[in-house]
Amino acid sequence: MSFEKLVFYTFAAILVYAATRVITVRNPVHAALHLVLAFFTSAALWLLLEAEFLAITLVLVYVGAVMVLFLFVVMMLDINLVSLKEGFMRYLPVGLGVAALMLIEMILVVRSKAFDAASMPVPVRHAADYSNTRELGGVLYTDYVYPFEIASVILVVAIIAAIALTLRKRGESKTQNPAEQVKVRREDRVRLVKMATEQPERADSGEHS
Amino acid sequence: MIPAPGEFVLLIPEIFVLSMACLILVLDLFLRDNERVISYWLAQISLGFVAVITLALNDGQTHLVFHGTYIADPMAAALKVSIYLVTALAFLYSRHYLYERGLFKGEYYVLGLFAMLGMMVMVSAHSLLTIYLGLELLSLSLYAMVAFNRDAYPCTEAAMKYFVLGALASGMLLYGMSMLYGLSGSLDIELIAQALGGKAPSAPLIFTTTFIVVGLAFKLGAVPFHMWVPDVYQGAPTPVTQFIGSASKIAAFAMVMRLLSESIGSLQPQWGDMLAVLAVLSLAIGNVVAIAQTNLKRMLAYSTISHIGFLLLGILSGTQQGYAAAMFYVITYALMAAGAFGMIILLSRAGFEADEISDFKGLNQRNSWFAFMMLILMFSMAGVPPTVGFYAKLAVLQAVIGVDMLWLAAVAVFFSVIGAFYYIRMVKVMYFDQAEDDTPLAAHFDLRFGLSANALAILLLGLFPGSLMSLCRQVFGN
Repeated sequence: MSFEKLVFYTFAAILVYAATRVITVRNPVHAALHLVLAFFTSAALWLLLEAEFLAITLVLVYVGAVMVLFLFVVMMLDINLVSLKEGFMRYLPVGLGVAALMLIEMILVVRSKAFDAASMPVPVRHAADYSNTRELGGVLYTDYVYPFEIASVILVVAIIAAIALTLRKRGESKTQNPAEQVKVRREDRVRLVKMATEQPERADSGEHS
Repeated sequence: MIPAPGEFVLLIPEIFVLSMACLILVLDLFLRDNERVISYWLAQISLGFVAVITLALNDGQTHLVFHGTYIADPMAAALKVSIYLVTALAFLYSRHYLYERGLFKGEYYVLGLFAMLGMMVMVSAHSLLTIYLGLELLSLSLYAMVAFNRDAYPCTEAAMKYFVLGALASGMLLYGMSMLYGLSGSLDIELIAQALGGKAPSAPLIFTTTFIVVGLAFKLGAVPFHMWVPDVYQGAPTPVTQFIGSASKIAAFAMVMRLLSESIGSLQPQWGDMLAVLAVLSLAIGNVVAIAQTNLKRMLAYSTISHIGFLLLGILSGTQQGYAAAMFYVITYALMAAGAFGMIILLSRAGFEADEISDFKGLNQRNSWFAFMMLILMFSMAGVPPTVGFYAKLAVLQAVIGVDMLWLAAVAVFFSVIGAFYYIRMVKVMYFDQAEDDTPLAAHFDLRFGLSANALAILLLGLFPGSLMSLCRQVFGN
């Protein structure tokens, strides 16, 4: 077995393990951390495919930004695990049936002649100075500029939809007005009252009779 | 290859709609609540302008630009203009409905324009990538619109169901698309057709077709992938239901055409059989279950399912005649659905949705003109001459008989006769039942005018179906 194959199978095994743990662990924080591990190992597999830019983006964007945010959300939300697991056993047979069907179909498709090694072009090895990033940028902003722009419009719609569905203007919400705060004078906040000094009570009066 | 400046000219309709949606979005921030109607009018005006632009740019030729991801052909132009028309109707009917319920916000029209942009992208898509992105743009806007009345429980429930099942359908479609890409080595519709052209149907190709057909059936709402349709139609605010039931069906037709006929047209015998099963089931379940409904929105949802069955009949024939008939069917059906949901909006008022069949009791005594309009719409859906629904069904049946599938035509006619029962029951309820509610119809002039024009257009198209029919035939080159 070549070194490359060894690296592939090691990372692939870790990836499958991590992905399985994501849906089987009880603690949502552990699930999120396993997802991070899955992202890392798939990034390593992409590196093997000479897709360095995508591998680095996966780590930077998904591990660095998305999953960290996700972890915060999971920690802040009070998720009731018992109610989430309700009905799991009831739907398990249906789920397993569908999964088995999909698995058989995938095996049939992937093992068919159309996808075997002979009918696929052999991947070309690139030289060390070959820039993956440049190639991607080249097609993204020229050949695929139209789909790229539509994808950005989809993100705009996601923002609009999220705000339209969640923003509430409430009358009772309390806000600060810095301009008013700066203009405040001592007289508005403190009232000085002149009072005659009182006689301190005698320490022994009324106590512990 | 950097796109030439000339390529952007063909994209002007999309760029215009996007710019107007963004303009309205920003402008709406600076409007006070009593000036909100400006956003509405701007949306309507942009629909008018974009129709003019699309017609001006259409020269009857097929243009492929942006590395084969965008196509401008007569079919795209014709479908786009009908989408603008139906969207304008949806906006028109929604205005007072939303206003009376405190939902009249600029975001509604912005999301509506974005949904329409998604439809335009789908209609003009020539690559698996653009088909999928257009579909997602449309669906994402629609999910938000269904949940627009966020404090109403049925709305959020409908939105959730729509979202989950929509995601599942997208997954199916994407899986099929990924296999198609693996088998043909291209995302471009034309290159896929070339790559698959000479090949005999192999097991992976059949699986690919299955996944794509299942994904499309989910999106269209064909039986057995129809479970979401009644719930979403009933739960969503009526103008949104109208928008989903009319304009988005035209875009779905375009997606089916691009994916099935243009890319895997060589597998027509295979997907034709799959569509035949879906069509027969849709006709049977749609028409039979609709009889049992007491809620008009639910009844119309099942009626949609049965109409989708007819639409599939036209497509599955795989001939130019069948495609033209299906296109005629989907455009006229969109107009009918717009009118039927418009009637529910007309009868509703704040706090009263008028979506039960019994709410239409004795409509003739309350307002005989609109009872007549509803009569036209119901007769057209049932396929009674001289309304346009009759010609649409006739054209589809001719196409099916044209490919010697007589049994399919017989099944379609049989279930149409069953379906006629519940449409004519509506007419009976309106004309022969005693009105329980004597409130005169208090609808605004623009709604009355739009709805009358909509219903009369159905009648007029039925009397003179020639021009639209010849346009549909021309689009498919015969």
